[in-house]
Amino acid sequence: MRMLRVGRWITAVALLLLAGVYVRALVYTPVERSQGLAQKIFYLHVPAAIWAETAMVLVGLASIFYLFLKDPRLDRFAAASAETGTIFAAIVLTTGPIWGKPIWGTWWSWDARLTFTLFLFLLYVGYLLLRGAVADPASRARFAAVLGICGMCLVPFVHFSVYLFRTLHPMPIVLKPSAPSLPGSMLLTWLLSLGVFTLLYVGFVVQRYALSYLREQLEAAGGETGHA
Amino acid sequence: MPLPDSLRHAWSVARKDLLVEFRSRTAILSAATFVVLVLVVFNFGRDPTAVSAVDLAPSILWVTFTFAAILALNRAFQLELENQALDGLLLAPIGRSSIYLGKLLANLLFVATIELIGVPLFALFFNVRVLPYAAPLAGVIALATVGFVAVGTLFSAMTVRTRFAELLLPVLLLPFMIPPLIWAVLATARLLAGRPLSEIAGWLKMLAAYDIVFVGLALLLFPVTVNE
Repeated sequence: MRMLRVGRWITAVALLLLAGVYVRALVYTPVERSQGLAQKIFYLHVPAAIWAETAMVLVGLASIFYLFLKDPRLDRFAAASAETGTIFAAIVLTTGPIWGKPIWGTWWSWDARLTFTLFLFLLYVGYLLLRGAVADPASRARFAAVLGICGMCLVPFVHFSVYLFRTLHPMPIVLKPSAPSLPGSMLLTWLLSLGVFTLLYVGFVVQRYALSYLREQLEAAGGETGHA
Repeated sequence: MPLPDSLRHAWSVARKDLLVEFRSRTAILSAATFVVLVLVVFNFGRDPTAVSAVDLAPSILWVTFTFAAILALNRAFQLELENQALDGLLLAPIGRSSIYLGKLLANLLFVATIELIGVPLFALFFNVRVLPYAAPLAGVIALATVGFVAVGTLFSAMTVRTRFAELLLPVLLLPFMIPPLIWAVLATARLLAGRPLSEIAGWLKMLAAYDIVFVGLALLLFPVTVNE
């Protein structure tokens, strides 16, 4: 199928560019003074976090439109975006502790942002489990849409509740009201990385979308499917 | 549909559920016994020489209520599966949102009964002074309970028709329960420590906002979960 091939190509190009961004980050971008080499994970961690959150919002929006339009494409997109979001949240939760151990001295702290990402990850997992547990495709799409919308509405609450606590996490230095307080070369590396992650998101979503389309065709033809 | 009519219908649905429950009393007795057992287990789960009961009390209270509420919510729509009772309910000439409101009301009364049994036992077992703070504590419990029972009622309408219903409901619901739970635990801790009410006003506001958003959202989304 053409779409699947396109998705694979986008992902392959994005992965190559990711390697390129890391060469730039390690070789051509200055080492941060207080954190040393550990800071390099920032170029992976922050773009992944931005896309993990954005993917949830996109799941919620696609779900709302699905309930109005009943277009199966929207449901397929929501499922694809949720799966990709899960992966990105997992990347954030893996790279965070790797950075936290040398800088904070502990792998995990019940810090506001960590808790928030963990919530997001659990929301995604619940969403995917629900999809797997409903056999009828029409009910599956409706149930998933309900959960997707609830999940999107929960995000601001978690956001608020975690900001009521004290935090060890560095404050945002790029996405904040005033101008970014990052040296130009670091900012450029970071922006390149954000671009690569955007491409990765698109690549993953296109592939998952094409796969669920193919699976639906197979189900409609009465074939056997491996997993839900 | 004018408002009093839909409320009257909601009450009929709730009354039906409560009547079924009142005639057998199996569920409420099991849930009450369960609460007693969880409280007993908690007593053995702490070292009385290291952690004083008051320090742990808010967490014990809320973890107990969380488990009890999940048990109660699991059976909310289980009743309707036998003999296709749900189809009968859906064919009744009443609005879908009245069905939801009725279910919500019945669940709230059920969970409130368990909590009414739980709080005095909790005070007795852990030697916590509850009476002087009875009114504000009741307010915190009521606000938190409305929020998570509203979401739980919506989710249990979906999960009963999936595989592994009993397991899926807590997996989906717990991420939604934790934010109100965090605020309720913080507020309860302040109350039991005899702090002034003004200190918990912020959390009460968060709980109220959560209730408004999720009761409204559930009213809108419930029809989607039952329409074929």
